[in-house]
Amino acid sequence: MIDRHLRHVSRLGKHPSRFRLVGTPVITVMIGSLASALPLIAQSPVMPPFGLLLLLSWRLLRPELWRAWIGLPLGLFDDMVSGQPIGSAMFLWTVTLMVIDAVEHRMVWRSYRQDWLIAAIAIIFCIATGLFFSRITGGGEVRLLLVAPQMLWTILLFPFIVRQCARIDRWRVMA
Amino acid sequence: MARPPSLRPGINRRAQYSLFFGYVVAIGGAAAALLLIVVAIFDPTGFAGLRAVTAELTRPLSSGLRNMVSGVSSVDEVLAAYWRAGSQNVALRRQVEADRNRIIEAKAVAQENARLKKLLRLVDADQSSLLTARLISSSSTSARRFARLNAGRWQSVRPGMPVRAAEGLIGRVHSTTPNTAEVLLLTDTGNIVPVRRANDSVPAISTGAGDGSVEIRALSAGRNPFKPGDLLVTSGIGGIYQPNIPVAVVVRVQGEIAWGFPLANPSRVDAVVVERPFEDVVTRPDPADEGLSTEDAAPSNMAMP
Repeated sequence: MIDRHLRHVSRLGKHPSRFRLVGTPVITVMIGSLASALPLIAQSPVMPPFGLLLLLSWRLLRPELWRAWIGLPLGLFDDMVSGQPIGSAMFLWTVTLMVIDAVEHRMVWRSYRQDWLIAAIAIIFCIATGLFFSRITGGGEVRLLLVAPQMLWTILLFPFIVRQCARIDRWRVMA
Repeated sequence: MARPPSLRPGINRRAQYSLFFGYVVAIGGAAAALLLIVVAIFDPTGFAGLRAVTAELTRPLSSGLRNMVSGVSSVDEVLAAYWRAGSQNVALRRQVEADRNRIIEAKAVAQENARLKKLLRLVDADQSSLLTARLISSSSTSARRFARLNAGRWQSVRPGMPVRAAEGLIGRVHSTTPNTAEVLLLTDTGNIVPVRRANDSVPAISTGAGDGSVEIRALSAGRNPFKPGDLLVTSGIGGIYQPNIPVAVVVRVQGEIAWGFPLANPSRVDAVVVERPFEDVVTRPDPADEGLSTEDAAPSNMAMP
């Protein structure tokens, strides 16, 4: 093989199955949410929200893949495993997707940096509002400073995750 | 890269309607999600039943992985022990000799204590501990501090039961599913524990800070009575926690507030003990259902892996 990136070149007359096309993004986001099932007893919110990162990566990589309502089922699943009050990620993810739909076409020129900017704003919004939700549902006095490190390395992790998403995407569309 | 292709579907009516209804569903769903949160303000465990499905499904995965990593997590302690091993060895040997005398004294006191209790006919049957289980995962992405316990309703774990380790208090059970339970850790910002100073019983309230430390406020008026190094234990007020479970050690004093570190680190402890609420242990049930309750309790004393 001359170029190892050509491993997944599609054969003539072969198409990837519908399950692979539609299911792969959904399953990867769910696996990202399941990161909290790892046997790590954290003393502070240290783990980046991988579900949110993967959702944003897929949305910015493939704008035509999902409608905004996909945030409802995926967010519900994330709430069920994350420890946030049920409805938190459901609301935040759907609103984020709708806002991205709205602002995407106001940008004349889009590149990787603009994608990162959109993702950074979305991450800050989701983590900060998630903190607010956990405060009003019995969390007591949670300070915003507590999640600042989590916000920072979630934003720094976005480029890596989006690369991995692109790699999975190449496999997804090639039979 | 130029802007992505527009999502607007041109003049195709069906595509237009599909896009429109997509947004209707999204906005309606987002509003419903907000409503769920409003419900959770008044009843935080209301929809926790939904979590039972995922909790049960991820339990084998988490507990299996937990068995694998329990040795890895203490690797830093093992490495640190090699540092200055020689001088440490000498110091520890001296300490052991000093402690030996104390142990002999303590044994004598315990014996005397038992004899005096017998004289008073005080039978101190400790029925508080329910079972031993493991913490298998936690809410590591959320600002709340929950840990998942590998035992649940079918093992007769109930919400409100205190959870402790040999080193000290871990937290209390927040909600249960058939085979798992969510434990609200001591360091959660919503977990308030009544404590007292171990040597002179100054009462205080410990609240989690969310970052692995706890905030301690004295209940007495006047200046802050705490200083670094003070040991805090549960006071038994409130009827949930047994008295004298070690809670935290004060590390820093700042005005009215003292900051402490929990003595039991949930990520280090191997197994935790679920106890019955203190009030249920001290208030004796009716003689009629006492026989029933001991029968109930017998199978549940089985240790969980």
